[in-house]
Amino acid sequence: MDPKMEPRHTIAIWVDNTPGVLSRVTGLFSGRGFNIESLCVAETMDPEVSRITIVSTGDEQITEQIIKQLHKLINTIRVVDLSEQEHVEREMVLVRVKAEDKSRAEVLRIADIFRCRVVDVSASTYTLEITGNHDKIRAVLDLLKNHGIQEVARTGTLAIQRSKKE
Amino acid sequence: MKLTGAQILMKCLEREGVKHIFGYPGGVVLDIYDELARTPSIRHILVRHEQAAVHAADGYARASSQVGVALVTSGPGATNTVTGIASAYLDSIPIVVITGQVPTNLIGNDAFQEVDIVGITRPCTKHNYLVKDVKDLARTLHEAFHIARSGRPGPVLVDLPKDVSQASTVPKFPETVKIKSYNPTYHANPRQVARALDMILHAQRPVLYTGGGIVLSDSSEGLFKFATSLQIPVTSTLMGLGGFPGDHPLWMGMLGMHGTYCANMAVSQADVLIAVGARFDDRVTGKLSEFAPHAKIVHIDIDPSSISKNVKVDIPIVGDCKDTLDQLNELLEDKPVRDWTEVRRPWLDTVNEWSTTHPLTYTWDDKVIKPQFVVEKLYELTKGEAYITTEVGQNQMWAAQFYKFRHPRRLMTSGGLGVMGYGLPAAMGVQMAKPDDIVIDIAGDGSIQMNIQELITVVDNDLPVKIAILNNSFLGMVRQWQQLFYDRRYSATPMTAPDFVKLAEAYGAVGLRATKPEEVEPVIREALSTRRPVIMDFKVEPEECVMPMVPAGKAMHEMLLA
Ligand SMILES: Cc1ncc(C[n+]2csc(CCOP(=O)(O)OP(=O)(O)O)c2C)c(N)n1
Ligand SMILES: [Mg+2]
Repeated sequence: MDPKMEPRHTIAIWVDNTPGVLSRVTGLFSGRGFNIESLCVAETMDPEVSRITIVSTGDEQITEQIIKQLHKLINTIRVVDLSEQEHVEREMVLVRVKAEDKSRAEVLRIADIFRCRVVDVSASTYTLEITGNHDKIRAVLDLLKNHGIQEVARTGTLAIQRSKKE
Repeated sequence: MKLTGAQILMKCLEREGVKHIFGYPGGVVLDIYDELARTPSIRHILVRHEQAAVHAADGYARASSQVGVALVTSGPGATNTVTGIASAYLDSIPIVVITGQVPTNLIGNDAFQEVDIVGITRPCTKHNYLVKDVKDLARTLHEAFHIARSGRPGPVLVDLPKDVSQASTVPKFPETVKIKSYNPTYHANPRQVARALDMILHAQRPVLYTGGGIVLSDSSEGLFKFATSLQIPVTSTLMGLGGFPGDHPLWMGMLGMHGTYCANMAVSQADVLIAVGARFDDRVTGKLSEFAPHAKIVHIDIDPSSISKNVKVDIPIVGDCKDTLDQLNELLEDKPVRDWTEVRRPWLDTVNEWSTTHPLTYTWDDKVIKPQFVVEKLYELTKGEAYITTEVGQNQMWAAQFYKFRHPRRLMTSGGLGVMGYGLPAAMGVQMAKPDDIVIDIAGDGSIQMNIQELITVVDNDLPVKIAILNNSFLGMVRQWQQLFYDRRYSATPMTAPDFVKLAEAYGAVGLRATKPEEVEPVIREALSTRRPVIMDFKVEPEECVMPMVPAGKAMHEMLLA
């Protein structure tokens, strides 16, 4: 089956901020044949703890295994499948797109509609900063593709739980 | 008082109660070996290959319930341990492997005998450490032992750079371990346990399917009580053998690829399957979709990731097998008394019929020794009380089928990884832990050649290990598959071997040989009567197959019987 067809899961993992931990996490994914679509990692407010956000695809059983195996790593403090709860997802993308003659205005219009920022301009290109969830990013990139994308850099998905409404 | 890293290491080992370590020296562990020579409380056994040090530590751990320890040098010393570590990992055996490393300032420089052993062993250790500061050493070692023996046990590797073992500090030896991210669940959720018991009490055709977890958690008594109270027939994996007495009427034999007809049929027909400390390995389940098709499944395991990994479980219970069985037995006491022998009669009659119509058997031959006969005789003449290690292949399966293990921790076998060459070094480790008991390596002619160099270690240390080679002049198990599934095209499986009797003598051990069935018993008797290490070379039927057999990927009821 095309892995893209399987449900996406956004998993947040809190780990000890010590050398080698990231490779334990990614080694687990490759060693057990789990899929990683994107991965972000950085320190938390507690410098001894890092937060990793992984987007993975797989059915329910695979996701359950991923979470259990992550828990099993000695350096893992907490694992949450954010897809199971109300959460906010964001990814940031920098994209340099061709923008010549009549397409210059069109690219700007797309940027405007999707609230992208223009972060660099040349005579024949715009570089845009897009922030949004998975669907929005895909929508913008699909539109920009028609104009010719020269280069893309993506952060991968970040996510956080929504606060509980009283 | 200031101590060097090497001195701290010795103190830590003493504090963990370590009496024996298996090892091999080299450049970066010189300081450690220097200190070891001045530490009379710890006996070092010098092996002849680092792989053997790890298997020996593994055998030692299984027999003694203590953490086994291996000590090796960097580079090739470290890489030689990998097979042993991976085997201990798959079998959940508590060992600590200490590897020397090049000095910290050279790490990453491709220095002489440098390998990233922490990177190499990351996927096959429960956890591993590189100690970069002597101040962290005492705490790290304490954590390493704690992690190795707690929860689901497993191997832990500690990589110790040379300059760290030379540096000095005033050590603080921690009394407790605090790892905020590591907290195994021992106590099973009582509500889940109660639900499970309800389901079990209502079962018509219950089966207990037990694994290595029973042995590792020392819960055979609880298992025995539970099974006999409710008259539930028991089967186990290779790793679980001895967890339930192999001569008890409720015992059905091992299940799986080379399991008994009875055990496999019972699982196929069960309405409730109670898995305890087992992990539904493919050698057990065969074709997954047809495994225990009528059964509701209760799965008790300390490792949550084992539950629902391969099969969907109806009642998952995360907890120590011992704790859970104790809870089940306690709950049972409050239930109304029923005559379980009467209730269970129809099911046990069916089970008994399977075992009487299709017992484990082989055809007797007057002229040629049948390998199964050798194992039967070993069982008989040791009264089932010996510590048995095995190599891998047919010898391993015949040992599992025909030696009826009556106690836990009596069978040491590389179950998960299936390492040829495990048996002799493991036997060495077992004999260190159990100096006055009979230890026998049931071996194949191929496997024994993989770590035969350890015979000199055994002789050097006056270990009376017995090696029973089922010599079929083949890599028998592989040949069996060629015989059955590849039209008997024996590609690379005929195996030559040295004259094992002369070889034994060359090493300073005793060599004996049997070529006819009537010689088997006298040879075993002679071997058991001496305190010296012995090789028994049994020339057995070359083309014997291990039966029954569920071909890989087939369902259990599709098993071949002969
Ligand atoms: C290190 C290693 N290499 C290869 C194998 C594959 N293998 C499994 S059983 C076997 C044959 C073992 O032959 P022998 O020791 O003579 O035992 P027999 O099956 O003949 O009793 C082989 C090659 C293995 N298990 N381990
Ligand atoms: Mg053989």
